[in-house]
Amino acid sequence: MVVASTSMRVDVVSPEAVLWSGEAEFVVARTVDGEIGILANHEPLMAALATGTVNIQAGEDRIRATVGGGFLQILNNAVTLLVDEATLEED
Amino acid sequence: MASAELRAIRRRIRSVESTKKITRAMELIAASRIVKARQRVRAARPYAEKMIEVIRNVARASGDVGDPLLERRELGTMGVLVVTSDRGLAGAYNSAVLRMAERQMVELGDQGVAIRLYAVGKKAQTYFSFRGYEMAESFLAVTDQPTYADARRIAQVLTDDYRSGTVDAVDIFYTVYRSALSYIPSRAELLPVSPPVDDDGQPDASGPAVSYEYEPDPAAILGRLLPLYVESAIYEQLLESSASEHASRQRAMKAATDNAEELIRVLTRTANQARQAEITTEIAEIVGGAQAMSAS
Repeated sequence: MVVASTSMRVDVVSPEAVLWSGEAEFVVARTVDGEIGILANHEPLMAALATGTVNIQAGEDRIRATVGGGFLQILNNAVTLLVDEATLEED
Repeated sequence: MASAELRAIRRRIRSVESTKKITRAMELIAASRIVKARQRVRAARPYAEKMIEVIRNVARASGDVGDPLLERRELGTMGVLVVTSDRGLAGAYNSAVLRMAERQMVELGDQGVAIRLYAVGKKAQTYFSFRGYEMAESFLAVTDQPTYADARRIAQVLTDDYRSGTVDAVDIFYTVYRSALSYIPSRAELLPVSPPVDDDGQPDASGPAVSYEYEPDPAAILGRLLPLYVESAIYEQLLESSASEHASRQRAMKAATDNAEELIRVLTRTANQARQAEITTEIAEIVGGAQAMSAS
């Protein structure tokens, strides 16, 4: 990686569909150990998500997903949220 | 006045026509359901693929972390899950997978393995209870349009029984959809979970191990991941079966519609012949009557 990018790829995937995917600057999620904020170029992480809200800041858009649980993986500047149930709000 | 014969034939034509309407409607519904099931299989694929990727990464990074769902036990009781439809009129779809499952069960029985049977669909339930098998659990109203919640419910029952030692392994019998004309009854191992392998069929130990941070520890993560993996596997197998069911029904209903059309053609010809014979008789009577009048 030559220049550290300021955004990362985020995919929110449920068993029945890909709910959201795109570039984002900032992600806040609740894991079983507490809330974490994720910026671009985060170190590899594997975490279990708790029931709660995931906030994604993508440019001007804020996406709020209410999830029932699942997993969060960070690898190579890509955040993958495997969620079991989720509803999405955008504003 | 139409003769009794002609009226009977016309009644049959009407009845065949209404049957044809029903089979044609079922054919069209089945066709649209295949498309839907295929779309859902496609929509579910990203999750399943990510899940496999994540499990592989965790397993690789955490070395030999054990989990009850991975542990192979000596086979005392085998769980058998058979996926069929609730309704018939689907050609050989149900009997193919039922025969395959029963053959396997007889084989296991010969080896002294006890069977615990789980049924998806009314057809499996009636087939096996008619033959005197005991049913541990049946799941109905699932296969027409399976949802992830259905898969979760089934997975929950199976993993609970596996954890409690009621069963030592679980196989699923379902139908793989290849194309509109080809669906293959298949068997897959659900439990214990075989760790996903790479496309070349080798457990991948070569690739660079990713050093993750874990929240909480790898064993706990794996313990949460594996039940979800079972759920998503069952979900995909339900969708495959559903697509096969609808494809099979579409084909059966198409054949029925074609038969009805052929029958209508034959009956219409018979009706026309009967009508013609009647007219001929009438003319003969009139001519005969006129001749008798002029002769007198």
